[in-house]
Amino acid sequence: MSSPMLQHGLATDPKATRPGPPLWLLAELTYRCPLHCAFCFNPVDFARQSDELDTEGWISTLQQARALGSVQCGFSGGEPMLRNDLETLVGEANRLGFYTNLLTTGVGLNEKRARALKDNGLDHIQLSFQDSTREMNDFLSNTRTFDLKNKVASLIKDHDWPMVLNCVIHKMNIDHIDKIIEMALELGAETLELANTQYYSWAVVNRDHLLPSKAQLDKAEEVTNEYRERYGDRLRIIFVVPDYYENRPKKCMNGWGNVFLTIAPDGTALPCHTARMLPGAAFPKVTEHSIESIWYGSEGFNRYRGKDWMKEPCRSCPEADNDLGGCRCQAFMLTGDPAAADPVCDKSPDRGVVDTAIEQAQSTQTSIVGDQPLIFRDPKESLRLTEPAE
Amino acid sequence: MSETTPVEITSGQIPTIANGYRLQFESAQDTWVLLYPEGMVKLNPSAAEILQRCDGQTSVDDIVAKLETAFETTGLTKDVHSFLSIACEQHWISLS
Ligand code: SF4
Ligand code: SF4
Repeated sequence: MSSPMLQHGLATDPKATRPGPPLWLLAELTYRCPLHCAFCFNPVDFARQSDELDTEGWISTLQQARALGSVQCGFSGGEPMLRNDLETLVGEANRLGFYTNLLTTGVGLNEKRARALKDNGLDHIQLSFQDSTREMNDFLSNTRTFDLKNKVASLIKDHDWPMVLNCVIHKMNIDHIDKIIEMALELGAETLELANTQYYSWAVVNRDHLLPSKAQLDKAEEVTNEYRERYGDRLRIIFVVPDYYENRPKKCMNGWGNVFLTIAPDGTALPCHTARMLPGAAFPKVTEHSIESIWYGSEGFNRYRGKDWMKEPCRSCPEADNDLGGCRCQAFMLTGDPAAADPVCDKSPDRGVVDTAIEQAQSTQTSIVGDQPLIFRDPKESLRLTEPAE
Repeated sequence: MSETTPVEITSGQIPTIANGYRLQFESAQDTWVLLYPEGMVKLNPSAAEILQRCDGQTSVDDIVAKLETAFETTGLTKDVHSFLSIACEQHWISLS
């Protein structure tokens, strides 16, 4: 499971000339996943990228990254529990001095594996709470989902891990945000991240089904604030708005090649987990280059580092240090130019494409979306959507 | 700063690094850091000195005494209390 929570939490010195170390290492162990989320962060063509690093490959990656100064390690996917060497990798990461985070749907996490993960020093589990069934509209009332989460939540408690729940929010569940918060309280969560869908990968394919209206969003924030007031410290609630509704972009990944190093299942090193969609030379693989040369020396990691690559309006913008021009993937997806200003910015000449998407989202019904049904992530759809042109 | 009233620190309390948090020295950054789920804070030297003594065994008073001995100084009570109060608000430590 991929999380937008990875986007905050670590800061570096903006005045440093040589980039700092890749403080955050995200190991996407596999793209395999038993779930079919319509907002999945994995690349739409994941089924064409089924190679996975072996245990040795991951261990060498962990060792090299740690030696460079990486300190947070996230194990994600897909569903990382599907790797049966997960415990070994967690153990190695822990021995090396990483703070280890597991981002999971909880599917496959039983007593035995929880114990083994604990024994290997796993520091934290982020349990994602999502539409684990194809009956997306029913998922909140789906007892099977709840029973599973309940079981996993008690495993988390029993093993003394801090309980962080993540729920991806979209047009179809945002009106039930009160139920989601209630559920988190019932499960005994300490932190609940209500992360509005960010529009990449599968979420772009399904955007018209997922982007909430302004009214829905305002209402959800209001409800969230009521709960915050009522429960205070008992449950910390983080509410991430979809950036389409902002007028400045996010400082994506805290800057390109600044703190985040993602390793895709096949060993490709990426400045963020969606960067592979960008045009240009392929990103380097850890099986062919050292992490040090990838991080400091590769063309891919230097391509949008700092500000030299910027065009107008970013180049002369007084706010350039705040957001570094926003997200390169979003700029590319929405304007066709990966070096353009992120069109979420109202100084971007392309802001219109975001406004159009927002306009379409103002209806509260999803049925008006028209011909295209909601597409669930699965290998068949992946192959169909990415069929090479004849 | 938040608007909540600061946590009152008393001399007999015993602070511990909170569950899920980890204090460690990072040689690549040449600094002590506090790690927590998906995040990190870099600590200034005095914060690091205080937190290193929050071992779940030592009372606030004893922490002050140990620091005063280590740095051959006196009058640290106020600083230690106010740092611990912030640390508590940030959920870095728990008090027993
Ligand atoms: S299908 Fe869902 S759970 Fe699986 S990787 Fe994608 S977003 Fe995560
Ligand atoms: S113009 Fe570019 S740098 Fe300025 S605020 Fe907009 S995105 Fe950021």
